[in-house]
Amino acid sequence: MAQVVFREATKTFDGVTALDHLDLEARDGELLVLLGPSGCGKTTALRLVAGLEEPDSGEVLIGEQVVNDVEPKDRDVAMVFQSYALYPHLSVRRNVEFPLRQRGVDPAERRRRVAEVTESLGLGDYLDRKPRQLSGGQRQRVALARAIVRSPRAFLMDEPLSNLDAALRLQTRADIVALQQRLGTTTLYVTHDQVEAMTMGHRIAVMDRGALQQVDGPQAIYDHPANAFVARFVGNPGMNLLPLLAVHEGPPAAYGDVPGGTVPLGAPFVTDPALARAAAVVQGASSPSLLAGIRPEHLRLGEDGTIDATVLIVEVLGAEVHVLCTLLDGTSKIVVRQEAAARRPGAGEGVRLVASPGTVHVFTGVSGARVGGSS
Amino acid sequence: MTTVSPPTGTAVTRGRAQAPGPPRRARRRRVREAALGYLLVLPALGVFGIFVFYPFAANFRLALYRTPPYPGLPSHYVGLQQVGQVLSSSSFLQSLGSTALFVVMVVPTGLILGLLLAVAAYRRLRAMAVYRIIFSSTVVTSVAVSALIFGTLMDPVVGLLPWLGLNPSPPILENTTWALPAIAVMAVWQFLGLSFILMSAGLSAIPDDVLEAARVDGATDRTVFWRITVPLLSPTIFFGVVVATIYAFQTFGQVDILIGPTNAAFEHVNLLVYNILNTIEVNKTSGQAAVLSIVLFVLTLGVTLLQLRFLERRVHYGN
Ligand SMILES: Nc1ncnc2c1ncn2[C@@H]1O[C@H](COP(=O)(O)OP(=O)(O)OP(=O)(O)O)[C@@H](O)[C@H]1O
Ligand SMILES: [Mg+2]
Repeated sequence: MAQVVFREATKTFDGVTALDHLDLEARDGELLVLLGPSGCGKTTALRLVAGLEEPDSGEVLIGEQVVNDVEPKDRDVAMVFQSYALYPHLSVRRNVEFPLRQRGVDPAERRRRVAEVTESLGLGDYLDRKPRQLSGGQRQRVALARAIVRSPRAFLMDEPLSNLDAALRLQTRADIVALQQRLGTTTLYVTHDQVEAMTMGHRIAVMDRGALQQVDGPQAIYDHPANAFVARFVGNPGMNLLPLLAVHEGPPAAYGDVPGGTVPLGAPFVTDPALARAAAVVQGASSPSLLAGIRPEHLRLGEDGTIDATVLIVEVLGAEVHVLCTLLDGTSKIVVRQEAAARRPGAGEGVRLVASPGTVHVFTGVSGARVGGSS
Repeated sequence: MTTVSPPTGTAVTRGRAQAPGPPRRARRRRVREAALGYLLVLPALGVFGIFVFYPFAANFRLALYRTPPYPGLPSHYVGLQQVGQVLSSSSFLQSLGSTALFVVMVVPTGLILGLLLAVAAYRRLRAMAVYRIIFSSTVVTSVAVSALIFGTLMDPVVGLLPWLGLNPSPPILENTTWALPAIAVMAVWQFLGLSFILMSAGLSAIPDDVLEAARVDGATDRTVFWRITVPLLSPTIFFGVVVATIYAFQTFGQVDILIGPTNAAFEHVNLLVYNILNTIEVNKTSGQAAVLSIVLFVLTLGVTLLQLRFLERRVHYGN
């Protein structure tokens, strides 16, 4: 058991920066989720910990030990590969057993552990099959079994559930969480899946283009995104980001101009000095340099609305409905999430939108960094 | 195609009910397609027929005749008697023994060295295409050139061996003990290029992530090689064994150029193919040579079949 630490870890491949000065720590016993779009360096980060890549600069630590020069076999981590990487010539049993054999675990203990793990993953009937005789989901479970069959210092899981069907995914997700809790093994868990990230992670590290954007608890990430990227990436659909044309001090609280209306910015200037400074900046700028961020569930349609918009598409999801609108500038899009029971507008209909007070975030338009607004 | 398709539920039964109609048309179409197929392979069949199948068959007939030493004289039918005579001759038995020994020397060495080179080039020299070209260059080197080079290296006066202080007497290529191994060294060298290419292709077909998974799972380099690489390479190794065996059975040029029938060690290096040529050129007995070529054919076929039967069971073919 040990923490896993990246210290200024950088990795480039032929000029492509896969990891950019990554500073991140998975605490001892923590399940840390790495979340980010395709190609943002999640797999690369895991490979650095496993020892399959060396950082160009910076350090990787497992426990107290800098492992830059330690061979993969001596790092004592278990990895679930995105591509499964099963041994094609070995049966499921031998695949799962492989890491135990390498560690010289005695046969009786080996058999017991393999039986236990494969049983819990529903692989009991397939022990004598070769990987090519399994479905994608079964292979993925074998890969998972091969990792959790031993007690390493850390688990590295690269999208281990991506190929399972919805029901199995839900169950395996719960199994992994329970297992991780029971063993208390530090886990780096890579996923694309928002729900997986939110439900499994003790903390979530959001990455983009090789750089860490924010690391925090799931709710904190959702409620206080550190920048516009995190705001848009986390949540489904992500946060609406509208150009903020001007910021006004106005009773009772500050408000901002967006194309086709205004949005409340929550706090008055006196309590949010950053907002006051931003207002000054936006006043002087020739083009919009601020963004207002509003989560879709914090918007509703109503006569009392402060933003004029035109409905583009109405998506029905069963429990809820997403109404996609364009603002009056014709380019800005905004999504409203409403209950299935609420009145559904038709496409092309003109509507007015209300943003709940105290829910609007403000980001700078250039760097995307958070300025202020709702907290 | 123009009919409106009925609801899917009935489509299946309708299709079956109409069965007698379409199959006849389908059969006629299949016949036409087959005819076109045969027409297309006809040129290839013709070439093979003239240059491979006909000589192959004629050879069996030739084996039953005692042929005259000079062209124009009649052949005598002697039947299987000639076969027995050749097979029991001491020159054949010695040739067979040398060939077997030669195969044993060449096949494992050629394959293992090829594999080692491939592993080295694959792991350490990954980016260095030039090594691949060098290692595989023996494939395009003619036997004559390589024989000349090795002949010079092994020359008792100006060669590399005397310079190194190795100077067996009689000279290595006339030495009854060392001539065959010397030819084997050349054959291995010549085969190395193909062996290297084969093994490299086999290695590059092994997914990197499987090897990586093994390393993360705690396997040493040695274990990865023996437990993962070799089993996954087994189809290639198996194929290599078959190809190398056939190659070794058919080695000829080096003996022809460096040994020859007047050499003191000749009887110990008289490989089967060379023996066949010698029987025609020197002894002028084509009928006996025909028997020898049939023996070579049967041996090659037999060994290949044995390998298919016994080795292939241990081969893992991935998905
Ligand atoms: N071996 C490599 N050679 C060259 N470029 C690479 C290599 N491995 C990764 N990259 C590049 O590094 C970047 C990060 O890749 P990485 O595999 O870490 O992404 P990821 O976040 O795991 O993406 P995904 O979610 O699609 O798996 C990508 O731009 C990728 O093209
Ligand atoms: Mg990846």
